[in-house]
Formats: sequence, structure tokens, C-alpha cells
Amino acid sequence: MLPALQQMLDFQTTALKLRAERQSVLASNIANADTPNYKARDFDFRTALESATGSATASAAPVATDPRHMTPKGSLAPTLLRYRVPQQMSIDGNSVELDGETAQISANTVRYEASLRFLNGQIKTILSAIQGQ
Amino acid sequence: MSLFKIFDIAGSAVQAQSMRLNTTASNLANAESAVGPDGQPYRARHVTFAAKMIDPADPSAGTGVRVTGVVEDTTAARKLLDPKNPLADSEGYVTMSNVNVIEEMVNMISASRSYQNNIEIMNTSKNLLLKTLQLGS
Repeated sequence: MLPALQQMLDFQTTALKLRAERQSVLASNIANADTPNYKARDFDFRTALESATGSATASAAPVATDPRHMTPKGSLAPTLLRYRVPQQMSIDGNSVELDGETAQISANTVRYEASLRFLNGQIKTILSAIQGQ
Repeated sequence: MSLFKIFDIAGSAVQAQSMRLNTTASNLANAESAVGPDGQPYRARHVTFAAKMIDPADPSAGTGVRVTGVVEDTTAARKLLDPKNPLADSEGYVTMSNVNVIEEMVNMISASRSYQNNIEIMNTSKNLLLKTLQLGS
């Protein structure tokens, strides 16, 4: 019974973790908006979620073929993190486009809150099932 | 928790931008200074930024900013014709600072906007964290 309840929450938890991860990547883009030669980074949420939940056809996660290989921390496979292709490059080699990044971060915030709300709803469902009211 | 990392990232950017504002303030304040404390004409100072190193154990994490140093502007000093000034040379010119006021104003606006942006990011993350804390209630 309990593992089944946990599985119910697993998907939204993974989504929430990835949203937080993306928020941090986007925040670092905005933090480095004035850093020369900094290249903006981002990842595709869909592929990241597919590879994190194991529903991807081909896993994008790197395979450790040697015992000395390091296993990366965090829920995101590092190969998913890509450099953004800027619409117009700055003269100092910085590829952060502040307007785009701000839009992305707002959208990500809303989606984080949406995931949070779904998770909350599921928790409430489980709670009401436990209490039987 | 990566949302907590945002405070480090945006915090480092806020710190860097405030340092940039600081040098801008010093440059603007000394725009009309003829001599600095060392007897030489005041030279405009600029901060240089670099992205922090990416942690190899956690490459997906974001990176903050660090100030790599403060460099002095090497452009030629402004010469002002003012023969009555005690600091004037034999031809009557006073060597002023090489601060470009317009450039500094632009720098100031850019720094303050970036500062605001990063504060906004921190506020957003704080709200998200607070909402996450209330999960299930």
C-alpha cells in the first residue's frame, strides 16, 4: 500500500526537482548577464523529465564504464545541459539575452507552482483516503 | 536543494554588481578631481567579472559571478586649460582625471538594473521555497 502511495507522488516530485534545477540554471544565466565570455545554458525540460522518470527511449545519462568514473550528483544528467543559441551575440562574447531569460524564469516559476499544486492535491487525496472522511 | 543554490548564485551577482556600483560612484565622485592621493591624476577604475568555476562533481548546477579584480583605466588623462590653477603646468594645462562621465552613467544604470534583476530572482525563489514548505498543509 505505502509504496503505491509513494509512486503516486514520485512523478510530480521528480518534475518539481527538475523545475528547481532549471530555475538555478536560469538564475545563473541572469547572474552572469554582465560576465564577458559567459555562455548561457539551459536544458530541455521534456527530455530531462523523460530521462529522469525512465520513460525515454534512449537514456541521455552517461554510462560509467570504469570504476574511476564519477557519478554526478543532482537529478539532472549533465549531458542534457546545453548552450543556448543566441539570437544576437554580444561583442564581449556573452550569450545571455536578458529578456528571454526573464521570460523563461517566469514561465518556470509558474510551472514549478503548478507542479507544487498537483503534488498538494495528490497529498490531499491520500490524506482524505487515510482519514476516510 | 537547488533552490537554495539560487541564493548563492544571485547573491554573488548582487555582490559583484554592488562592487561595480561602488567603483562607478568613486569614478563619478572623482570625475573633476585633478590629483589623487598619490599625487598622480585620478584614474577611472573598472571591475572585471568572471563566471565562477563549475563544480565538477555537480556540473548541472548553476554558476555565480566573481569579481576578478579592479583595473585602472589607461586612457589618456583630460587636459584642462586653466593657467590660474596652482596645479597647472608650464603651458597652463591642468591634468584632470580620465573619467568618462557618460560611460560611468551608462555603467551605473546597467549595474543597478542587473542588481534589481538578481534581487527579483531571489524573491521569486524565496516565494517558491516558502510555498514548498507549506506542502501538504
